[in-house]
Amino acid sequence: MSVLVYTESENGKFKKTALEVASYAKAVADQMGTSVTAITFNASDVSILGNHGVDKVLKVTNSQLESFNAKAYASSIAQAAKNENSQVVVVSSSANSKYLAPLLAIEMEAGYASNVVEAPSSVSPFTVKRTAFTNKAFNSTAINTDVKLIGVSKNAFGVVENSASATAEDFSPNIPELGVKVESVDKVTGKVTIADAEIVVSGGRGLKGPENWGMIEELADVLGAATACSKPVSDLGWRPHSEHVGQTGKPVASNLYIAIGISGAIQHLAGINASKVKVVINTDPEAPFFKAADYGIVGDAFEVVPKLIENLKAFKAQQ
Amino acid sequence: MKILVCISHVPDTTSKINFTENDTKFDTNGVQFVINPNDEFGLTRAMWFKEKQGANVTVVNVGGAETEPTLRKALAIGADGAIRVNTAAKDGFQVAKELAKVVQDGGYDLVIAGRESIDYNGGMVPGMLAGLTNANFVNNCISLEVDGNNVKAVREIDGGKETVSTSLPLVIGGQKGLVEESDLRIPNMRGIMMARQKPLQVVDPVDAKAETDSVKFEKPAPKGAVKLVDADNVQELVDLLHNEAKVI
Repeated sequence: MSVLVYTESENGKFKKTALEVASYAKAVADQMGTSVTAITFNASDVSILGNHGVDKVLKVTNSQLESFNAKAYASSIAQAAKNENSQVVVVSSSANSKYLAPLLAIEMEAGYASNVVEAPSSVSPFTVKRTAFTNKAFNSTAINTDVKLIGVSKNAFGVVENSASATAEDFSPNIPELGVKVESVDKVTGKVTIADAEIVVSGGRGLKGPENWGMIEELADVLGAATACSKPVSDLGWRPHSEHVGQTGKPVASNLYIAIGISGAIQHLAGINASKVKVVINTDPEAPFFKAADYGIVGDAFEVVPKLIENLKAFKAQQ
Repeated sequence: MKILVCISHVPDTTSKINFTENDTKFDTNGVQFVINPNDEFGLTRAMWFKEKQGANVTVVNVGGAETEPTLRKALAIGADGAIRVNTAAKDGFQVAKELAKVVQDGGYDLVIAGRESIDYNGGMVPGMLAGLTNANFVNNCISLEVDGNNVKAVREIDGGKETVSTSLPLVIGGQKGLVEESDLRIPNMRGIMMARQKPLQVVDPVDAKAETDSVKFEKPAPKGAVKLVDADNVQELVDLLHNEAKVI
């Protein structure tokens, strides 16, 4: 009966999104008068999940699952849901969760709602609010199947403290034929990723050339932020495609998004709109970004950004 | 190689988003519809398979007759044929189930869909279709090479990318990177003329049931005006972000 939540870890450590989906699962479990079970893959210390409302942890430890495999992970989660007789399964909006969720939905014959931003408004009929039209609207969706699958939007529900003491038990699902094999992973290490970042610093064509990105990286460094860029910048090859944020690039849902020299084309705004606080620095007061931003400075980035870095450094030193 | 490209018929990005019938229906009044951007990258990649490896490319959409101009555009870009499943799209599952029938009937080796549509952003159809047809599945696919039955693909992951090997039959959730923006094709007059002669087959739905119901739409609360800070007083921005927005 419990609500099952897939809590993602990397190198054995839980991600912030794992704690957020655990918190969400706890809210759903409270509404339904049941408990929360988490499933983990190759995670060692799972006690932290208890702090966010998880009562029981099913630990899968399997060297075959060292690399993420959507089909095998989906199958394992489905087996856990069946064992637990779960009616609601919760996953995050990470690239991996979005990859496995539709496979999981088919396997469980569950209706699936992705990009969910709030706890259910009702559990019977089971109704959730999700974003649609690339953050330009919300859609209340009722799920009609016995088993429901919820994908929670990043940074929408937040991490909630709930003290429970999670009991852990080993779980050994049957692993299907993988079908897709990981050959190599090319991941930037030692840098905050756009997906995990609380703060994103983004540069546009207003910066005039790739040689001027030093100050963007320094600003990101001071703030512990990820760096990003607008589409023209990645199309021009000034920055790697992996930094492109916007409708056809990566979505951003950070706490703070700082746009420097970005005019704010509708496609760009669609991709970053889920961020909570937006700051724009641009020479053109007519730039559409000023209509979408919370704070703005009309000015030359080459003058404003170095000053901002200096002031932030002084601020950080005081903290 | 037989390729099926799933084409979603979506409002252009710049469209005004409004709702009618007590906020239960999307208001299509004055809205320009286009090929879903994520699908367009996949369609162009499929054209390369056709030109370099002799693949046959069919495009498909689940929807009413109003979506045919979008399918005709895909034909004008170079697809060999089009299929329209004659029923309104209700949710990801119902669309995937209708497409699964098309895939099974047509015996396609490779199905290229966009990672998500820009209207409902469900991100469900490619994976569900793979699950329903027992095909391999690669999501957020940014590079795809097929040699006989063997596939090498690259998918975007949080913070980087991952190279995978797999085999046909395969469904991919594609996006920019499969081809670049500058590779996208605009139909020329010859393409448009030829598209009129190409087959657009209308098939009956299997009447798959939706698993979810859209209850109501709402728009985000209007945003307050931007708070401007003087370029000579950057400290004020630091103070606002710390004391007011509480994000640093």
